[in-house]
Amino acid sequence: MRSSLIALLASLWLAFASHANEAAPAAADPVLEARMTRITAELRCLVCQNQTIADSNADLAQDLRRQVREMLARGDDDAKIIQYMTDRYGDFVLYRPPMKATTMLLWFGPALMVVLGLAALAVVMRRRARAGAAQFEPDDPALFTDTHQS
Amino acid sequence: MSKSLRYILPLLAFLVLAGFLARGLNLDPREVPSPLIGKPAPGFALTRLDDAAQTIKREDLLGKVWVLNVWASWCVACREEHPMLVEFAKRKLVPLYGLNYKDKRPEGLGWLQQFGNPYNASLFDEDGRVGIDFGVYGVPETFVIDKQGVIRLKHIGPLTPDVIRERIEPILKQLNA
Repeated sequence: MRSSLIALLASLWLAFASHANEAAPAAADPVLEARMTRITAELRCLVCQNQTIADSNADLAQDLRRQVREMLARGDDDAKIIQYMTDRYGDFVLYRPPMKATTMLLWFGPALMVVLGLAALAVVMRRRARAGAAQFEPDDPALFTDTHQS
Repeated sequence: MSKSLRYILPLLAFLVLAGFLARGLNLDPREVPSPLIGKPAPGFALTRLDDAAQTIKREDLLGKVWVLNVWASWCVACREEHPMLVEFAKRKLVPLYGLNYKDKRPEGLGWLQQFGNPYNASLFDEDGRVGIDFGVYGVPETFVIDKQGVIRLKHIGPLTPDVIRERIEPILKQLNA
């Protein structure tokens, strides 16, 4: 009984000790790495602007991935990391720009265009529906002669 | 709708479109507005490039207007910019500090020896962390920092005589007034 307790303690100690060894390089932690990838996939790399920080091999992207890893290892949450990035590089780094006064046109511009287009279409169609026959070019009688008889 | 309007309207639409496209052609998508303008410069404490035993901190530079130029020996555009900086430094308008970004000490020093050293001192940012705090993403970059340690101007890319004359000099004059 006593020896098994010692064995248990020893194995626990070993487990903790080995765990401490594994935790040192943050990249070796798959959970943290997955979180890092998820966050950096939302961020635009400033060097090659059509890539995310997760995808890019640019030096800066590598440094920023390291930075995110360190912040996660320190226990920072996602919001804090996003804040860290926008503090330095602005909203430009966000692939999902925040909704605020300066980005209203960005968010609602396309819908606005659709509404304007539909409104213009409605106006034109109603005007045509109300227009008298005299407003249209007269039908060319030649087009309506019996062609199937000839 | 009057007849003349029917012809003028498409022309107007075309002109508006052409206007937007022309503006788009002249915008540089690499020139990302920095959120740091008007904010206090990030804190730093870095060793001098030429003396690993001496540290320069943000607080050491408070009380004067100064210019921070981010450079590296591996940066091709910095080489293009460098003669301009040497000229600029000769005029002694403002203390000019370098941020030697992600470089190696011997290479950075060799570069200054070869092309001339316009800097009062260069801060040695080996791992690029101070660069990240300054939001650096394309070397060279240039910052103007006021007496209170607030970033007043950021220029991305090599300085040109035009940029120095039209952007840097006016703001220096204004800040030193």
